[in-house]
Amino acid sequence: MTSTETTSGRLAEAGHWGNDVRSDLHVAIEPRDRGGLEITLESRVAPYYGDSIQAQVRQVLESLGVKNASVSVHDEGALPFVISARVETAAKRAGLGAGQKSLPEKLPLPPPSARDRLRRSRLYLPGTEPKYFINAALHGSDAIILDLEDSVHHAEKDAARILVRNTLRAVDFGPCERMVRINQLPLGLEDLAEIIPEAPDLVLIPKTESPLQVTEVDRMIGELKARNKVDHPIWLMPILESALGIEYASAIANASPNVAALTIGLEDYTADMGVVKTSEGRESLYARTRLVNAAKAVGIQAIDSVFGDVGDMDGLRRWGENSRALGFEGMGCIHPTQIPVIHAAFTPSQAEIDKALKIVAAFEDAQQRGLGVVSLGSKMIDPPVVQRALKLVARAKQMGKA
Amino acid sequence: MTDRVELAQNAAGRMVPAMVNGKPQIPYIGVGKYQPRGRKQAPPIRSNKDYPENGDKRLPDLETALRQCGLRDGMVISNHHHLRDGDRVALMALEAAARIGVKDLMWFPSASFPSQKSAIELMQAGVIHHIEGSMNGPLGDYCTQGSMRGMGVLRSHGGRWQAIQDGEVHIDIAVIAAPTADPFGNADGSHGKSACGSLGFALADSMYADHVIAVTDNLVPFPCIPWQIQGNNVDYVVEVDSIGDPAKIVSGTTQITRSPDRLRIAEFVARFLRDAGIMKNGFSFQAGAGGIALAFVDYLRRMMKEAGVKARFVRGGSTKYLVELLQDGLTDYILDGQTFDLDAVKSIANDPRHLPTSPFTSYNYHGKGSFASMVDAVVLGATEVDVNFNGNVVTHSDGRLLHGIGGWQNCLAAGCTILAVPSFRDRIPVIVDQVTTLTGPGELIDVVVTERGIAINPRRPDLLDAVKGSSLPIRPIQDIKAEVERICGGKPARPKLGDRPVAVVKWVDGTVLDTVWQVG
Repeated sequence: MTSTETTSGRLAEAGHWGNDVRSDLHVAIEPRDRGGLEITLESRVAPYYGDSIQAQVRQVLESLGVKNASVSVHDEGALPFVISARVETAAKRAGLGAGQKSLPEKLPLPPPSARDRLRRSRLYLPGTEPKYFINAALHGSDAIILDLEDSVHHAEKDAARILVRNTLRAVDFGPCERMVRINQLPLGLEDLAEIIPEAPDLVLIPKTESPLQVTEVDRMIGELKARNKVDHPIWLMPILESALGIEYASAIANASPNVAALTIGLEDYTADMGVVKTSEGRESLYARTRLVNAAKAVGIQAIDSVFGDVGDMDGLRRWGENSRALGFEGMGCIHPTQIPVIHAAFTPSQAEIDKALKIVAAFEDAQQRGLGVVSLGSKMIDPPVVQRALKLVARAKQMGKA
Repeated sequence: MTDRVELAQNAAGRMVPAMVNGKPQIPYIGVGKYQPRGRKQAPPIRSNKDYPENGDKRLPDLETALRQCGLRDGMVISNHHHLRDGDRVALMALEAAARIGVKDLMWFPSASFPSQKSAIELMQAGVIHHIEGSMNGPLGDYCTQGSMRGMGVLRSHGGRWQAIQDGEVHIDIAVIAAPTADPFGNADGSHGKSACGSLGFALADSMYADHVIAVTDNLVPFPCIPWQIQGNNVDYVVEVDSIGDPAKIVSGTTQITRSPDRLRIAEFVARFLRDAGIMKNGFSFQAGAGGIALAFVDYLRRMMKEAGVKARFVRGGSTKYLVELLQDGLTDYILDGQTFDLDAVKSIANDPRHLPTSPFTSYNYHGKGSFASMVDAVVLGATEVDVNFNGNVVTHSDGRLLHGIGGWQNCLAAGCTILAVPSFRDRIPVIVDQVTTLTGPGELIDVVVTERGIAINPRRPDLLDAVKGSSLPIRPIQDIKAEVERICGGKPARPKLGDRPVAVVKWVDGTVLDTVWQVG
């Protein structure tokens, strides 16, 4: 589409339409000098929601202060929070929309997320693909990630930011922790301005190579929280994706008390190292163990990368089991079918749980009887073994296993 | 155009025409209420002396065969749809009729497909008066726009058999596409370049029509073994280059859905059968060839293996997933109504435990029983289901014709009828206050499985009890509906339907269950 300047703005568009597009819409806005708002609509749900879409588009534009424009909407069954995001994006791209944002109705915030909560799986959702959002929580991952970074084309960053903001307000993600992966700074700061008022539970900071990146994000979040009266905790998960990042793992883990976990991005890391990424992961063993150690040193979680081959469930299981053996507590997933496999891999076996329960029982018994030494049958149990058993039982309880 | 017609309210509260295409109708009076009387129809008696002693009934072309059958204005011509969207024979017959110059035919296919859309031109030219049979795509739109001269009549597979045997529809000439046939007219679908598996949908036509023509592209010397169509019912055999496009007759491979939401629905259905105790040794089930149904079979197969459970029989729509069950020893038999992919066609041709069936054995309600009610569980789809568990499969929510009924209505007789549906499609909620077109009464629909939860019909407290303690998300249907309406931004507007009937939906007993109204 060519752009034509008028006194009040330029022709602009946002969103997607076409036979293969679902749950999205395309909005084209041509600013005018007079004539009010002229809205044309084509929608595959026109007989059911045509009037409601027309009314919503008009209301969003009026709220944004757009008075005169020709607006053409092609709707593919978008839900209301998507409609208002696309209209707002198009208006802003047209150089309009200085008025009040028309935000979708806000769902009650879920309870605050605990720093050490269960994070076995986090499901990646590309920030411009609304069709994946609405049912994402049904698949049972511990978290969902609304991604503004690598899965979003550079030209769509503004659209994704607005859509993700609306998503945080309007979509019920149930018990899933609500994570957002922002862009690298400075673009990431614009992301924060849009999303922090909606109180995501955790922000992933990509390509972290220095504790300063963490403190800058942390400071910005603190300011935005204060300004918008957000009192939910918002945790940080820096992603280490380079040799340098790995070298600074410890300093990054220590950069803020809000850092809840460290994670690694193996695609970028292996590229940075000039090595081939394999499904065994030998090439990243040092980086991953170093990251685990740095995380445990400050008492936070170490979370692994994603496993890219959606068809290879055996490979995923092996990766996950190995990952847990190294000390990781979870990993990312790029398709819901990976979730149960990952959960199984990161869940202790019943034999491990039973043994830990016995040790914990023996420990409690010793405590009650005022004994300094814990013993199970004829065996004496060392304090670190008790500690490990206590941790394992606590985790198993979170997983509903003990 | 049909004139203004008199309407009557049936037992489901739906307004239905009292006359359809000049024939008086009985409004639906409830499940199992209508008592048929009288005797079945029969074709005229023929004599061996009028047929060649050497059994060679071949004629050079279809036009000659239609003339020999005495084709004239106003006759009923029937076809089967086992070749699906690849079929060439139905249009071949109708175009031959057009060349002969006859008018006002009633076309009576067991189903029509988008590739047959040129039937519209034949209707506009006056060759075809109207269609009784499922219509979708362009033909469906033509009917719902009110352009057809007569009314469409939608029947289930079993209902079509019932209508033929009861004499509600008299077939003058049946033109049967036969993947293999001999000159005597014995025919079968399991072999040949256009193999389609079972030919069950053509069986009633072969038994009850006044005249029967078999059209084949794989003529073999007598005898054609096996035969599902008996040559003793066939008048003429016509050989052609091709009866259909093999690529569209069966799919090369049937693929399980990759959609996580649909996989979740499929897994819920399988877990429901397991947790409700339906999945046990000697049980039976039926599932179609849709994405959810295929995935369901795959989940159930794993659960059956794990539990060491074997089915006595499964019913298709057969695909490689049912064939795998058979080959893995997880079922004794496949009783097959239609054969969807290459693996299934191969299996029905070579494995004696994989048998072709017909709407007579499986579905016909006016018989001495049928297999449908002996199946323990069936998994079906729907475009809409309402809070009283009534189902719609024939129209979109905007009233346009979308699907035929297929065996859907007949399958509702199963011990446990499960609708496996997404809770909304393209923002349109699937659970509604009242279905647009009633295709299946709610008293026969037991469970609705969506990705957001499973609703059990309150009429089935036994099923509610059976899954108590299961980890499945059992929820009231109203609850799921309310959640989806919240997500979709409120209830959808009800589309305005016209007041002129363009088609009727028959119940399995031939009574009129609902009306499809003109749209647009």
